[in-house]
This record gives sequence, C-alpha cells and structure tokens, in this order.
Amino acid sequence: MYSRRSFLTRGLALGCSAAASPLVTPVSLASAPGDNRLVVIVLRGAMDGLDVVRPMGDRLLKSYRPSFDFSGSLPLTDFFGLHPELAPLTPLWKTGELSFAHAVSTPYRDKRSHFDGQDILEAGSATEDFGADGWLNRVVSLLPEARTETAFAVGHETLRLLSGSAPVSTWSPDSDLNLSPQAQLLLTKIYAQDPLFADAAQKAMELADLTDNPMSTRGAARAEALAKFTADRLREETRIAAFSINGWDTHANQARTLPNALRELSTAILTLKQDLGPVWSKTCVLCLTEFGRTARENGSKGTDHGTGGVAVFAGGALKGNGVLGRWPGLASGDLYRDRDLMPTDDVRRYAAWALAGLFPVTQSALTSTIFPGLEMGENPGLLA
Amino acid sequence: MRRETVSAIRYGYGLSPLRSADTRPEDLLASAVSASRQPPRLKTKARVKQLVAFRKARNTGADARRTAQKKLRSMAQDDIRQFLSIAVTDDGFGARLTNFWSDHFTVAANGPLLGVLVPDFIETAIRPNITSTFPAMLRAAATHPAMLIYLNQVQSFGPNSRAGQREERGLNENLAREILELHTLGVSASYNQTDVRAFAMLLTGLSVNKQGFVYRPGISEPGPHVVLGQTYGGRTTTLSHIEEALTDVALRPDTAEHLSRKLVVHFLGVEDATLISRLKATYLASKGDLKSLYLTLLEDEKAWIPDFRKAKLPFDFIVSALRAAGATESDVAKIKPADLRQGVFGAARLMGQHLFTPPGPDGWDEDPSSWITPPGLAARIRWATAFAERIAGSHDPRTFLDNALADAASPTLQFAVNGAESRVEGLALTLVSPEFNRR
Repeated sequence: MYSRRSFLTRGLALGCSAAASPLVTPVSLASAPGDNRLVVIVLRGAMDGLDVVRPMGDRLLKSYRPSFDFSGSLPLTDFFGLHPELAPLTPLWKTGELSFAHAVSTPYRDKRSHFDGQDILEAGSATEDFGADGWLNRVVSLLPEARTETAFAVGHETLRLLSGSAPVSTWSPDSDLNLSPQAQLLLTKIYAQDPLFADAAQKAMELADLTDNPMSTRGAARAEALAKFTADRLREETRIAAFSINGWDTHANQARTLPNALRELSTAILTLKQDLGPVWSKTCVLCLTEFGRTARENGSKGTDHGTGGVAVFAGGALKGNGVLGRWPGLASGDLYRDRDLMPTDDVRRYAAWALAGLFPVTQSALTSTIFPGLEMGENPGLLA
Repeated sequence: MRRETVSAIRYGYGLSPLRSADTRPEDLLASAVSASRQPPRLKTKARVKQLVAFRKARNTGADARRTAQKKLRSMAQDDIRQFLSIAVTDDGFGARLTNFWSDHFTVAANGPLLGVLVPDFIETAIRPNITSTFPAMLRAAATHPAMLIYLNQVQSFGPNSRAGQREERGLNENLAREILELHTLGVSASYNQTDVRAFAMLLTGLSVNKQGFVYRPGISEPGPHVVLGQTYGGRTTTLSHIEEALTDVALRPDTAEHLSRKLVVHFLGVEDATLISRLKATYLASKGDLKSLYLTLLEDEKAWIPDFRKAKLPFDFIVSALRAAGATESDVAKIKPADLRQGVFGAARLMGQHLFTPPGPDGWDEDPSSWITPPGLAARIRWATAFAERIAGSHDPRTFLDNALADAASPTLQFAVNGAESRVEGLALTLVSPEFNRR
C-alpha cells in the first residue's frame, strides 16, 4: 500500500492520481491574501525575560540573583543587555530587524499554570473562560481570500493557536507518505464516514508531495527543520505560520538550561531569514511566551513561574530595533505581588498592532473577534 | 454490537483471537485487582547501579563509557518490552487503568535518572494502587522519587528550616501547584496563590537519597501551615502532617468532580454531566474508593453504548495491532532490539507520542483531533503498511479483520478489505481504519 519513494512511483502519483483522486486537491496558483507574512513562535515553558533581555542598569537584578553570571551580556541600550547565547542575532539588531517588548504579559494572573497560561496566550482571551479556538485561527477566518494553505501549523504537536473553524494546514517536515492510486481510493472509502480521518488523510497526501527532508528530533536541528519547512511554505501560498519551541521552564540551573532553548530560538529566526530570501523584508516574527518568571532566583539556581516577561520580534517588516514597553523597575514595591516583574502592558496589543499592519483586519475586528475586550491604545510602532 | 467487543475496545487494548474480554463489571474489576497484585517486573536497583557505573565511566575513557551506555540503553529497552508485554497479553482493564492513572500523575522521563525512575513509578506507585483508594495512590505518587525530581520538590527548602537558613536555599512551588491543579482539585477550583505557597511550605522535607524517598526534617519549614483553611503541623512538621493534608485534599468535592470528569472523558469521550455527578457521589460516599468508582461507571448503560469517540494513542494503537495479530508473551520477548527502537519507540514518536515523556505534567491530550492529524495519521498508515508486510505471510486479511474488529467492522470496511488488491493492502486497511483507531 505504501510504496517507497522513487522517481517512478512519485512520477506516477503526480501524473495519474493528482487529478483523478478526490483525495488530492491540485495546488492552485490563485493569489493568496496580500504579500505580508507572519510567523508566531510559541515559547512554551515561560521564558525568563529578565535573563534574556537583562535590565543591567537596575542594580537590584544582581542582588535578586546572586548566583547568576551577568558578565557576558551584550549591550542593547544603555539600560538593557542581551543574553550572550543570542549573540548570533546581534547583526539583526544592528540592521533594525530585531526588537523586544519588556514587562509584557497576557491578562492571565496568579495561578501561574503553564497550561492555563498557554491556553490563554493561544486563545487570545482576557479570562480563563474561553472557547477552544486560537486567535490566529480567527485572524485566518477574517482574511477574505484565505484558503487551507494560507495558514500552517508546523510540527507534530497540536497548536491551539491555529485551531478553530477556519481551515488551516498542519504538517511536520519529517512526515512522508506515498500511496498508490488504488490505496488512495480505498482510504477515501473507509474514511468517508469519519471526517476527522478523512480530513487528516487528504491533507497528508497533499503535503507528502511537498516535503522530503528528514528532520532531527533534537535541539537546534529540530528548530532549523521547522523553520526551513515554514520558510518553504511562506515562499509559496502561505502567509501565516506557527510552531513551538519548548524548553523554557528553567526551575533549576538556569545557566545551563536556558542557553539550549535560546540556541533553538536564534537558529529558528536565522533560518527563517536565510530561507525566506527577499520575502524576509515582508515578514514579521512574533515570539510569545505564556508568562515571565520570578524576579528573584529560587533555591536551585533557577527561577519559578512569574508574570511579566519579554516578547521577541524579528523580521524585515520591523520598523527598527528597540526594547519597547514601559519599564516598571525591580524595587520590592514595583514588583507584581513582591515577586514577579510587573506587567505594564498587554502583549496582545503588540500582536494586534502587528496584525493591523500586516493584514486587512479592522481595529474593531481586532478588539472584538480576535482579542475580545482588548484596548488597542497607542501604536507601539513595531512595524515600519 | 456485542458487549464483548465494546469491552475489548473501550476497556482493554483491543480484540485478540487468543482471549475473550470480560463483559460483567465485577469480572472487569476482578481482572484489575489481579493486575494490581502482579509484582513489579522491573529491575530498578540494578538500573540505578548501572546509571552510577555509567556516570563513573564517563571519566574513565571512551570505551568504558560506550559499554556502560550500551548496557543502560538495553535496560531501557527492556522496560519498553515489559510494558508492551503487559499490554499485549493481559486482560486489559488493569493495564488501561494503570495507563490512565500514570497519565493523571504524569512524570516524564527527562534525563537518564528519570528514565530509570519513571517505569519504577508506574510499577510501584501507580499499578499497586489502581484498585485501592485515591488518597493512597496520591500519597504514593507524591512521595515517589520520580515525582519529587520531576516536579522539582527535591530542590525545595523551607526558607526558615535549618538548611534553608544555613545554605540560603529556598522554596520551589512546582509540586505543590501541580498537586492542586492537576492531581486533585483541578484548575477551576477555588484555591489561590496563598494556598499554593502554604502547601509548598508544608511539603518541604519530601526528598530523595540514594536509597529512594526520604523525609528530611532539616529542610522542612516550621509550621503551622494553613492550606485551604485547614491547619497542619505545629512548630515542627512531620511526614504524617503532609500525608494528612494529601488525604484531606484528595477527599474534597472539587477533587471528586475533577477525577470523575477525567475518568468519564477518558473512557467514553463525552462530558456526560449525569454520569459525572453519579461518579462524584460514589467517590465522596466511599472516601475515594477506586473500585466503587469504576463499578459506578461500568454499571451504567451509557458505558456500553458502542459509539467510539476517542482515538487510541500511538502506543495503544501499536499494542492493538500486536493483539489482533495474536501476539503472545514469547512473541514480544522475541522482538529484536532494533525493532523495539524503530518499530515501537520511534514509530510512536512519529505518531506524536514520545513514550514515557509527555510534553508536560498535564500528560497526553484526550482529544482525538490531537492524534489523528495529517502527520500523525500518515505515520500510522506507514507503520500499518510495514506491519502488514511482516505478517502477510501468516494472516489472511478477512480473518484478520474479524479478529481485530469482529462486529465493530462497518460494511464499508468489510467491502474495502475484500476488495483490496493484495494481502498487505487488506491487512493495512484494517489497521488504518477509523474502527481500529477509535475506542
């Protein structure tokens, strides 16, 4: 039933079955909505904003984290320094293709659960009382020309961010499937009464023809494969893509654990830039995490779940570099519940203004449908 | 549909030509009781010893290191073989319950030590308690080294304890938070950050040494601690205060509701409010007796409606295929290490499940759409085809369909299997069918 990929079978599959089989929709060359691209990277596990974009100008930082080594920080502004593991991204900072928002968070407070935090981040809602669809899916539903290929969830795990009523594509660069026309017909038959299987099989067969890269499952190589596949899709019809980078939950030995995750992040961003080529200039990458971490280090040279944190932005569509946002300070009274960096802005505002700059979505749609109840406020000036 | 078919699919690991599934609730329960009494088949002590040897060998040259690592890997493979064997050959309900509760108390095999401890956790903290009471299971789970390491409890020190004062080490809230959020009350229950913190203070002292679990008074935060309105401990806190608090929180109505909902969703795939409230009442009346809880579920007619809404997780899908092919314990024992690595561990991973390593403490997703995705289904189709190629010599597609699904096979599937152009295709069609992948 599954024939190993060879030139012959591949040719046959394309030549004979593509038009005839109801399982394969031929790739259309119809124009996709607009020219701009958005990539959302979900940083799962709660990235420690205070260690990534370090408020070096605040002397309390070192006193809160006596066991941390801040000596290698790369100066961004006269107040903030970058974690040295992100050194590969400094050329982007210099060319104005990298910026940050500090002391931001979703509206989620107090229980500091990864799962609820991520659910709220991906749902785009203000409360824990929300449906199962993601805000990025609602964006797709509002794009007039959207097709299944317009948005892509990349990777093996489910992305709530892109789940919902608008059809989107999902695939992982290491999946591969090649079926004989007869096998495709039989599968169509047995899946006809179960839409979950029918949809998954149809998409799998379409996508199998688009990819042929083996993917390493670990670390930076995994991030590179995800970013490569994402870039491939974005160079074609796809305009919106999302994937996750895990490994930010640095409860212990942060000096050893955080660099691994940062390496994946910088690899993903640099791979996107390289593989997107000229399209990079129309691209905005939003890297969002569920919440920040405690201002003070914990008993095991790590940090615990907190509130305010950092969002990372990259892409040729950015207006320039900068550490955006209002800095709340680290003094005991300035912290959130004397424990976490105080969030001074809603991170959804940055996402909303980015969406407004990239796609034909109205402000009223942004504050009602996409991010219900959000106040857009003043434009933080993320995009050119 | 025959009750036996529903039982094998919903409460077991699928039909097998070698054994019949229990259909009476009391028989299912009895099989779970006997599964809970099987002595653990793992060699945890030997594996920990091997891990220590490996760590020492790291500094004594590349050859010694490679040998020790190889030994460690083969021991890890023995664990997979062991769990595969239990699932393929047992009655099923006990193994399914072990799976359900291991997922409820998720510990992930992050790193070599947890790689050893996670299987031990399943076999010594969970399986012996599947037909015991929930408070007993909670106490066993919350004090097992795997849990204490996975959720960072071993790094939590009472700030005012002797060690906390001396070494300036502090609190880590992770375990306390997840016990309340995931293991007992559920995230929608009414508790707050103050409760989490007080509970974390109370839990200080739970720790691990080379022999296993240990309670260290020297790192325990002096009390008393007020958690959810109850006071535990005095100036000194002991393990019994922690156990008392665990029991109390295990028996709260929010916990009853949370567990009842999870059990119903896990086996039936629907949030049936009436059934959930019946389970909740049983749980509270029986003080968390798990046998009574299962019986309430199994005696309800809704538990036997042949409407399969869940998707088998990748490991369970693989197990079902082996069962349908009539695999025996000695067949599982004969699987080559490379096949275990690629055909089971690697295959499950491509289908979306990294065995023993769920993505977070909330475990595997219950929603079938998280598993039947384009890449996930593509991986199942590839695996099914490869498996069909292996068994085609000894299995007829029509008999296989009957063995695998009996009267659960739809006329459409019967027609397709009969119309397949080869034995391999016919066998694979059964394995990739919705009927075979749902439960």
